[in-house]
Amino acid sequence: MLYTIALYTSLAIFVAGLIYRISNWFRYSIGKDAADITASTRVSAAVGGIASTIFSAKIGILLKVFLLDVLLQTWLLKKDFLRWLAHICIYVGFILLLLMHGLDKLITSVVFDNYYSTLNPFMFLRDFFGLVVIVGVGIAIYRRLLSKGPRPQSTGVDYYAIIILAVIMISGVILEGTKIVSNSRYQEMVDEYAGLDEEETEDLMALGAYWVQKFGVVSPDIKGPFDKNTLQQGKQLHEMSCAECHSRPQWAFMGYGASRVMSPMASLLDRANIRTLLWYIHFLACFFGMAYLPFSKFFHIFSTPVYLLANAVKKEGKSDPANMATMRAIEMDACTHCGDCTTRCSVAVAFNEISNPNILPHEKLAAFRRLLSGRGLSKKTLMAIQEGSYICTDCHRCTDVCPIGINLEDLWLNLKAHLAELGYTKPEAWAREAMGAEFNLVKLKDKTLSLTPVDKGFVGELTGSAQASTFSVCFGCQTCTNVCPVVGNYENPKESLGLLPHEIMHCLALKHKELALGSRMLWDCVTCYVCQEHCPQGVRVTDVLYQLKNLALKHLKEKAA
Amino acid sequence: MRFALFLGCNIPVRLKHYESASRAVLRELDVELVDIAEFNCCGYPLRNIDLKAFVLSSARNLALAERQNLNIIILCKCGYGTLRMADYLLREDARLREDVNRILAKEGLSYNADIQVKHILSVLFNDVGIGVIKEKITRPYENLKIATHYGCHALRPSNIVQFDDPVAPSLFDQLVEVTGAESVDWSTKLDCCGGPLLGTNDELSLDFTEKKLADARMAGAHYLTTGCTFCQVQFDSVQKMMATEKGTNHHVPSILYPQLLGLCMGIDKDVLGLDSNQIDITGIEGFLVPEPLAESG
Repeated sequence: MLYTIALYTSLAIFVAGLIYRISNWFRYSIGKDAADITASTRVSAAVGGIASTIFSAKIGILLKVFLLDVLLQTWLLKKDFLRWLAHICIYVGFILLLLMHGLDKLITSVVFDNYYSTLNPFMFLRDFFGLVVIVGVGIAIYRRLLSKGPRPQSTGVDYYAIIILAVIMISGVILEGTKIVSNSRYQEMVDEYAGLDEEETEDLMALGAYWVQKFGVVSPDIKGPFDKNTLQQGKQLHEMSCAECHSRPQWAFMGYGASRVMSPMASLLDRANIRTLLWYIHFLACFFGMAYLPFSKFFHIFSTPVYLLANAVKKEGKSDPANMATMRAIEMDACTHCGDCTTRCSVAVAFNEISNPNILPHEKLAAFRRLLSGRGLSKKTLMAIQEGSYICTDCHRCTDVCPIGINLEDLWLNLKAHLAELGYTKPEAWAREAMGAEFNLVKLKDKTLSLTPVDKGFVGELTGSAQASTFSVCFGCQTCTNVCPVVGNYENPKESLGLLPHEIMHCLALKHKELALGSRMLWDCVTCYVCQEHCPQGVRVTDVLYQLKNLALKHLKEKAA
Repeated sequence: MRFALFLGCNIPVRLKHYESASRAVLRELDVELVDIAEFNCCGYPLRNIDLKAFVLSSARNLALAERQNLNIIILCKCGYGTLRMADYLLREDARLREDVNRILAKEGLSYNADIQVKHILSVLFNDVGIGVIKEKITRPYENLKIATHYGCHALRPSNIVQFDDPVAPSLFDQLVEVTGAESVDWSTKLDCCGGPLLGTNDELSLDFTEKKLADARMAGAHYLTTGCTFCQVQFDSVQKMMATEKGTNHHVPSILYPQLLGLCMGIDKDVLGLDSNQIDITGIEGFLVPEPLAESG
């Protein structure tokens, strides 16, 4: 009952999830040209595109890509043999397990009329496929431990998927082990298949002895050593009733190994009915995994092949703009979170000092997806995406290195355009307005300022660094302002810039945070260092302005938090 | 002479010809270049945002070069100023250095203030020398007037960048004049190109560019020459954009110095990427003396 309910519930979630994720490919609008194309136009363009590709010479390209890139993943093989081996082991092993074991009622038993899960080769293959997956996971862990250099951080998304996979595999092996040692399971089989009455105690003893000796069953009352004749008799009975659909459990080498470890406490496990508990864990983990798949990184099992195939036949500038818009949306899902982009990213190193994951391209892509999903993101989150987007130097390395060829650079430009529409432009330009609005004291005219809003902590932040603390020796000669080309660019510089450089230095002496941070001058400084070069007192004027910009951005971040 | 070549983020994407021209010229002058694939952002774009992130970013590059015991040669002046500034701050501030080294240690790297950062122009002038360059020039220019643009971040703050005299520099002029061209006097020679404000305050940025272009034109320059990624983008792509969008055209195309020098050294113009500039500069070939100089004995 629970099994059936769980199966259909998770199947329903799985299907609904797939439909939802695939519908996003037609709903997410990325880029200017995508804005005017409706979802239904995109669906029909996709259907048309697929049909015209399949019934054309391009089918050859598709087949080739499917074989080499999707099934064999030669692109990964060329890049890194161990990584390819790990991935191939995990996915081939798991798919074979799924087809042969998970879907045995639907597939294996239909194809092979002599199918029993306890019979070779199925019994052996189940453990063998499981081993292949475990070897793959092992290689993946080994690679990760061995690799030096900046690693992309793994997030919850990555761990959940691995944890579910691990629970399925481990519970399966232990379940098999408990079944091997289980006396009650043995009794069930005897009742069902042996055709022996309770009175035939001698036969029951002999068969039991044979199974304890050869099949690893742990029986509370039948214990060795056994004499030859008993075993001989047991063997005959076994061959008559059992051998046809039960191979020796040693073939299920992993489960058998587990059974040997468990054998000392087999009776206890049997009485506690651990076998049933493990069975629940095993199938519930499988169903949970299925239901979670469309929402996890495992969705790439569908999205990445679709992207690889579509990318192989698209023609830049020639393909239907509606399909190009859909492609960009698929790109968001095709990302497998492998982190190659982040390993190669030119600015990823900054993440050590600015703990904003959106600096890292593989995280930034996930953030873009959240942004497109239309869920209202908080100001803090939007600011974090904005910061990550503009720390990026558009160096193109992520795009060059992406193993499946996602045009990340193009997505970053679109992300910036998307943020700008929401009012989040380049942080420097954005901060100039935000700080000006918050600290508008500079706009007060002919009013006396009280000196009360003195913030000693603020000055502490400046005196903490050697270059910024030099403001304290300013004697107000105004040389910095007089040589400043930005000041010189305006008829009425105070109107345009707020405070001028020497005035900012003066504010710092007065510990007047609001005045200093609210000045547009900070953001309009062209950083030419002419002021600093000419200062007779050695005030590092440009560096002080840099430091104030750092403080202003930090202030805005803290305010949003 | 061996250097680690630091390209930064923009040159490999937007100014590939700056790289190819520099490599060709330096090869001719026996400067060996080593590529370090792990180099990251110089730190310049982080300066407005977070001092420590900027210094860390720079320091990782310095540490990578240091690991191979190589000095850095850099083509961009903003990158040059940034790496020099970080180097200076790390030498000056022991605590900052400790913090940075703690992070670098995770990758087995460390910064020990052991190497120098040099701009390509100072390598040409100080390490190669005007005399050696002159010997390699096979076809100098004649009647060519060049407005030499120094670039702020190479000149200032002079105590830190130590490129040349910040008030009356001559290094770049001498490098221009060795090609046979005349480095004209122009009043805004040492001023900013406007590049750092592009994207933050475009109007102000373009005001700077506009002033410089008009001034170079007034001084009779046929071309501007630069030794910096950002200045070149400003005087090339942005000048072109100004001409089409704002209708102001001073007709002073900008040529990267290695292109200018390479051409009179007889390096193939495709290698120098003469066709890759946004504004056509191929006319500069018309200023080369008609007959190559006789091989000097």
